[in-house]
Amino acid sequence: MSNVFVVSGSPHVHGDYSVKKIMWGVVLALVPAMLVSFWYFGIGAISITLVAVSSCLFFEYVIQKYFLKQEVTVSDGSAVITGVLLAFNVPSNLPIWMMIIGSFVAIVIAKMSYGGLGKNPFNPALIGRVFLLIAFPVDMTSWPLPIVNRTVLCDAVTGPTSLGILKEGISKGESVSTLASNLPAYTDLFIGNMGGSLGEVSAIALIIGGLYMLFKKIITWHIPVSYILTVFVFTGILNLVNPEIYIDPVFHLLTGGLMLGAIFMATDMVTSPMSYKGMLVFGIGCGVLTALIRIWGAYPEGVSFAILIMNTTVPLINKGFKPKQFGEVNK
Amino acid sequence: MKTFNLGGVHPEENKLSGNSPIKVCSIPTTVSIPLAQNLGAASVPIVAKGEKVKVGQLIAKGEAFISSNIHSSVSGTVLKIDDIMDASGYRKKAIIINVEGDEWLEEIDRSADIKREISYNKGEIVSIVKDSGVVGLGGATFPTQVKLMVPEGKKAEYLIINGVECEPYLTSDHRLMLEKGEELLIGISILMKALDVSKALIGIENNKQDAIANLKKLAVNYKGIEVHELQVKYPQGGEKQLIKALINREVPSGKLPIEVGCVVNNVGTAFAVYEAVQKKKPLIERVVTITGKTVKNPSNYMVRIGTPLSFLLSEADSMPEGTGKVINGGPMMGKALTTLEIPVVKGMSGVVIMPEGEAKRPNAYNCIRCGKCISACPMGLEPYLIALMSEQNKFESCEGERVMDCMECGSCSFTCPSGRPLLDMIRVSKNKVSQIIRLRSNK
Amino acid sequence: MNTVILYAVLALSSIGVLAAIILYFIAQKFKIIEDPRIDLVADLLPGANCGGCGFAGCRNMAEFIVKNETLENVSCPPGGNDVLKQIGPIIGQVAEEKAPMIAVLRCNGSLKNAPSKVKYDGASSCFFVNNLFSGENGCPNGCIGLGDCVTSCLFDAMYIDSETGLPVIDNEKCVACGACVKSCPRAIIELRLKGKKDKRIFVSCVNKEKGAVAKKNCEVACIGCGKCVKECKFEAITLSNNVAYINFEKCTLCRKCVESCPTKAIHEVNFPARKNKEASELTEKETIVN
Repeated sequence: MSNVFVVSGSPHVHGDYSVKKIMWGVVLALVPAMLVSFWYFGIGAISITLVAVSSCLFFEYVIQKYFLKQEVTVSDGSAVITGVLLAFNVPSNLPIWMMIIGSFVAIVIAKMSYGGLGKNPFNPALIGRVFLLIAFPVDMTSWPLPIVNRTVLCDAVTGPTSLGILKEGISKGESVSTLASNLPAYTDLFIGNMGGSLGEVSAIALIIGGLYMLFKKIITWHIPVSYILTVFVFTGILNLVNPEIYIDPVFHLLTGGLMLGAIFMATDMVTSPMSYKGMLVFGIGCGVLTALIRIWGAYPEGVSFAILIMNTTVPLINKGFKPKQFGEVNK
Repeated sequence: MKTFNLGGVHPEENKLSGNSPIKVCSIPTTVSIPLAQNLGAASVPIVAKGEKVKVGQLIAKGEAFISSNIHSSVSGTVLKIDDIMDASGYRKKAIIINVEGDEWLEEIDRSADIKREISYNKGEIVSIVKDSGVVGLGGATFPTQVKLMVPEGKKAEYLIINGVECEPYLTSDHRLMLEKGEELLIGISILMKALDVSKALIGIENNKQDAIANLKKLAVNYKGIEVHELQVKYPQGGEKQLIKALINREVPSGKLPIEVGCVVNNVGTAFAVYEAVQKKKPLIERVVTITGKTVKNPSNYMVRIGTPLSFLLSEADSMPEGTGKVINGGPMMGKALTTLEIPVVKGMSGVVIMPEGEAKRPNAYNCIRCGKCISACPMGLEPYLIALMSEQNKFESCEGERVMDCMECGSCSFTCPSGRPLLDMIRVSKNKVSQIIRLRSNK
Repeated sequence: MNTVILYAVLALSSIGVLAAIILYFIAQKFKIIEDPRIDLVADLLPGANCGGCGFAGCRNMAEFIVKNETLENVSCPPGGNDVLKQIGPIIGQVAEEKAPMIAVLRCNGSLKNAPSKVKYDGASSCFFVNNLFSGENGCPNGCIGLGDCVTSCLFDAMYIDSETGLPVIDNEKCVACGACVKSCPRAIIELRLKGKKDKRIFVSCVNKEKGAVAKKNCEVACIGCGKCVKECKFEAITLSNNVAYINFEKCTLCRKCVESCPTKAIHEVNFPARKNKEASELTEKETIVN
């Protein structure tokens, strides 16, 4: 025989999963929400997304090529996801240079400094977002209102998010029923006709993306369902106790970054638990923290903080919640 | 439809040779019959250089408890007893016989008649099986007579017959069930008698509808034998998974199937038992699938044990250009061969030939902690964790993670999106842990 | 303003004093009385925790030495005799002089001498390959070259030469802790006497197959011909399982056997060049390899 045989341990076939496929699958799932944001926030949204994605790719490339001197894997799409998610988490009128700084923090500090994809304990996009929120609180919380400014880059009409209105009102002692007139209708919330960060506005687009990922087996139902359900139950109970202070749970589900967080951020493979049981615990934890921050915290929105806090517990959850073993002997 | 609940993967089935009937491979000019063909101790040769042997003559005896007899598959003269290359490239002792004619021992019934009534009692059956050198033909080659001896205090309720053939490509069991259904069922009845059980369940995956139909039709005449259709899912052929799928019992960790009242045998083994008991024919040949995407005629051959693989492949005319890997067994659990100059042995159920493009593994990247290996593992282990600890030489922790439960089905490596060699590292750890366990028990 | 500073200083100081008192009592209560000599001995040891002495770490060895007050049967490969000599007075013993050792690779199945017959694709672990098959070059006893020994070395004294595919041991850095010896699944690496002026002679092959079979896989295999055994006047060479072995305790480094070997499987290291031209080339090459 002229050929040289290859010898390796079994198995000799490999399934058609690959990191690339998974990551680009997530990117594809993000497209509906992206399109909605382009529709409502116009050129600002497009430019912010482009800047975020390209600077994430650039930073990852530079770090891998010149600092770590390892194989460059920017084509696997994980930096694209980080870029898109980061862009989704900021207002569309954020100055470009801030976006670049955010991308730097997300990729260089939150991801590559830990060793790259797979080794980061926190979701890079969320670290980037929280960094921006703390460093530039004013720019990060003046949200442009949709539609009116489709062709304008900056200096558009801005206003608070629905959650912001609520928080502000409640803290001034107003009741939910008097505030209701200032809040958008549920149908608007559902399709995304409200002020807010780029990607978080349209629940329906995010759900479509989530269903696609479920279908492609990129994510499992455990985290999103347990997360959203927990927020629903938690805020639902409070709403039953006193509907004048605590708004109804559907409002909580449709506003802010809950859908985005539950479907795309909390399910990030690298920073979520491995076993199904662990995922449920993680989702419930995220849900409780989100509700706590939203209702009693200083910030109107708590999804980013909730997920980041739960990220820290992942190693512990992995240790504590093992998968069900075959033929387990009861001790 | 039934299947097991935990883990599992769906590799491409590629049952290319499913429709090709079993052909008989001609006899080569020399055969080399290895002395270590079964799990357990190697057999001890009882023939010497220059001795004449006939087909079916005993040439090596299994002397330990877990060992098996070996018979000559050809007639001729013993050339020598020497080291030859085995499947892994290491040298093992083998009896090399120069073939002269095809002279069989007289007592062997070579007619095609089907002999139905079983005229032996329990003990006699076990001793015939032992004398005939029957081993598990699914691949593990565990001596069958040992399985038939139910340990004290345990009772077998079910005989489970494994016709799952969950490995992609392989079809030797499939063809056997189609072509030798009657013999198979008699073999099963013999095994039932030996084990003193009243129920036998045959598990077949539903990608073999013709075999299911055939056996269902025939089984009507046999008391206590049921044919069960199973959903296609790898590794359903693992005995613990098969028991779980068929009767929903879980074999406890570290225990044998008899713990839940089951004895599992392969269909090939049942056929070999039929031949041994009813026809007095020891295990001297078996069905081997020769297949692969580039192979011209993927087919199944009845091959004498000891036939050089290169001879079989040239007979099948299946050594295509650009072959990158030759696998002894299925692609999920088989062993890649270093050379074709190895003999066909009792445990060889098929040979899969892969072109160069398929032979290489995907590149390995960082673990992205996606948990796919966990959801794929049929034993509910955490492959990523065990592989990681194995890389860090933390073998005591591996033992705590029950690495010894791993049956090396390869679902984890198969499913890993980062292409990490998880099973390789788990194997390292299994080896080291068994060393640790041995050391501990010696203390 | 001043009162605020005063209160702050007072409050903090009192907390500090309180904590100090609590800590003092806890320290008293949980005090472990330990032989102070253990610390002295442990300080002298190199602190590499290499395990070459057979203990889990340097401190464990120090505890053993002090508890038993003996230096017999203990050795510190990285520290060598000097360390034991210094430890001696602490426990009132005199250290025995031990000849220095070094790890030696007994395989020369480089990519050139033993070309690959198949290609391996999988985890980079010699241990795994050893269980899987005989290795790329077909030699069931030869070096696999994936570097289990290199990863086991805590002293950075080994690396894989990309040209030969074999590990190389750095004479300067090797402390003969034996970690590589334990890590090699094929027991190719041996600890041998470092030798006078670093001169060593050893059989660079551990293949147990018959000569013809071994030679097929590797040009420089020991074929078990026994010529060296006859050549050696000091009975230092023994032949078993088709492979020769030179007992380094008996070897006088006379170099007779080196010439006698038909496959050049016997290596000499750090000897001056021979007058014979061919042999000198060999020596030079080996010096590089080793």
